Amino acid sequence: MIDLAIKLVLAVFVFFGVLNLAALHTWLERKQSAVIQDRIGANRASILGWRLMGLFHPLADSIKMFMKEDVVPAGVDRTLHLLAPFFSVFFALVGFAAIPFGDRFVIGDRVIDLQVAKIDVGLLYIFAMLSLGVYGVILAGFASRNNYALLGGLRATAQMISYEIALGIAIVGVVMIYGTMDLEELVRAQGKTLGGWIPLWGIVVQPVAFVVFLTAALAETKRVPFDLPEGESEIIGYFVEYSGMKFGMFFLADFLETIMVACLATTLFLGGWQVPYLMPDGFHFPWGATVPLAQWTYVLLGVASFSIKVVVFCWLFMQVRWTLPRFRYDQLMRLGWLGLFPISVVNVLVTASVLAFFGD
Amino acid sequence: MAVKVVRRCELTLWEKLYVPLILGGLKITSAHFFRNLFLHSAHRLGLLKHLRASVTFQYPEESRPLAARFRSRHRLTVREDGTPRCVGCMLCETVCPAKCITIVAGEHPDPNVEKYPVRFDIDLGVCVYCGYCVEVCPEDAIRMDTGILDVSAYSRDEMKLDIHELMNPALRKPVGDCSLTFPHQCRLADGQMKGGW
Ligand code: SF4
Ligand code: SF4
Repeated sequence: MIDLAIKLVLAVFVFFGVLNLAALHTWLERKQSAVIQDRIGANRASILGWRLMGLFHPLADSIKMFMKEDVVPAGVDRTLHLLAPFFSVFFALVGFAAIPFGDRFVIGDRVIDLQVAKIDVGLLYIFAMLSLGVYGVILAGFASRNNYALLGGLRATAQMISYEIALGIAIVGVVMIYGTMDLEELVRAQGKTLGGWIPLWGIVVQPVAFVVFLTAALAETKRVPFDLPEGESEIIGYFVEYSGMKFGMFFLADFLETIMVACLATTLFLGGWQVPYLMPDGFHFPWGATVPLAQWTYVLLGVASFSIKVVVFCWLFMQVRWTLPRFRYDQLMRLGWLGLFPISVVNVLVTASVLAFFGD
Repeated sequence: MAVKVVRRCELTLWEKLYVPLILGGLKITSAHFFRNLFLHSAHRLGLLKHLRASVTFQYPEESRPLAARFRSRHRLTVREDGTPRCVGCMLCETVCPAKCITIVAGEHPDPNVEKYPVRFDIDLGVCVYCGYCVEVCPEDAIRMDTGILDVSAYSRDEMKLDIHELMNPALRKPVGDCSLTFPHQCRLADGQMKGGW
């Protein structure tokens, strides 16, 4: 019973944390693009004269989305048309269950994993959910009874499937090195250090996989420079026939996937909740100094470290989004199949041979 | 016939690698980002106000700096005793291409000054802001240097400025109180303007 309650609290915590971060993404998107381009950005929405640098705009946005008329075009497949946005958001959300956002917490004889669902093959589970997300996209295109939407959906599907391969293979290297698919074990394995100085994070042992993963992940989330499926300014995307909050849900799913990918990148390559030189009983600096810490400080530091890394990744994705122009579709496919795919395969081969010859 | 050889730009290997160029682009955007972020934060603390963090002017609160020769809403200049400099010569009314100035001249009590404007109206809804009236005035009695750009109204009638507003740029309609110190014919009755201005 208590176990269930704890899981519920964790789930609610993750759910609201992630949703709020997604809403903040609209703010981040506006403000960051503005600051990059020497502008100020949306700052007019106010409550009682308080503007808080435009932080009320996400609120105003969602109110607008909910109040808008929900137009369903004549002749669409109503069930699928309705289901598609829910599919997108659902599969984007459930993946977060397997992300460990902190080290285990021991109260008395009860061990609380700061992870909603401890799945042995967490990595596979998350990838399955990410792949299922493509159903929302293709269904939206298919059910809209609009050729442009269908083409947008097909573009999205082709792109997501192509890049998922590179994404998956890039991760194989990491999995081989740490020898586990359990995300928590994976993070714990990254706590070791190389010669006491360099933390053995994924980015240190698999730099190539990191770059491939980031690129493929950007494509997976359909953000600029890989936003061919939507192409909001010129080519028509799969959600043309959606309005109101249904459209908002596709938007939300996009931001959720971005956060998901940021979480994955953090977990796989930046050591998840690991803080350099922080052991469960405190800091052990390589020059011999130690700072003992209470258990709750240690766990909180871990959660903070995880959140900061995720936010940094979100910032990075946004920065890339406002730096690069969009790819052409053939360039996109060429990059995926002739660029990332071979590189990740070679990376796996090299990792495997190194492990075979020098591994323990 | 001369043949113009168009050289196609081939990408070098460095550029084809793509990653270095992406990093270069990120460097530019990040430089802007962090510089502006730093300046925005400094402004919050009241520091470095002379360096702008953005090119945006937050319009109603902050107006753009105007050029010295910018032609904005008209005003009538005044003498030291507060009376209008205008001598009612009608030159501006004559030269105005939009025919939006209406002057009614009256006899000035001072024999050294010929006339004064009993009534001086400019219909800003018609004015083309050409500045001819300013150029032509022999007395430097009309100028377009108030810096007021946001002339707007809900009706055409409200776009008409009378002498009160022209002599006192701070005054906006409706004119409740006539503060001119000149013997003029503005009559206030029950807080309402009556008469021929
Ligand atoms: S600016 Fe030109 S149009 Fe306007 S009142 Fe003067 S002369 Fe007439
Ligand atoms: S030209 Fe000058 S002096 Fe003559 S009527 Fe116009 S404002 Fe008055």
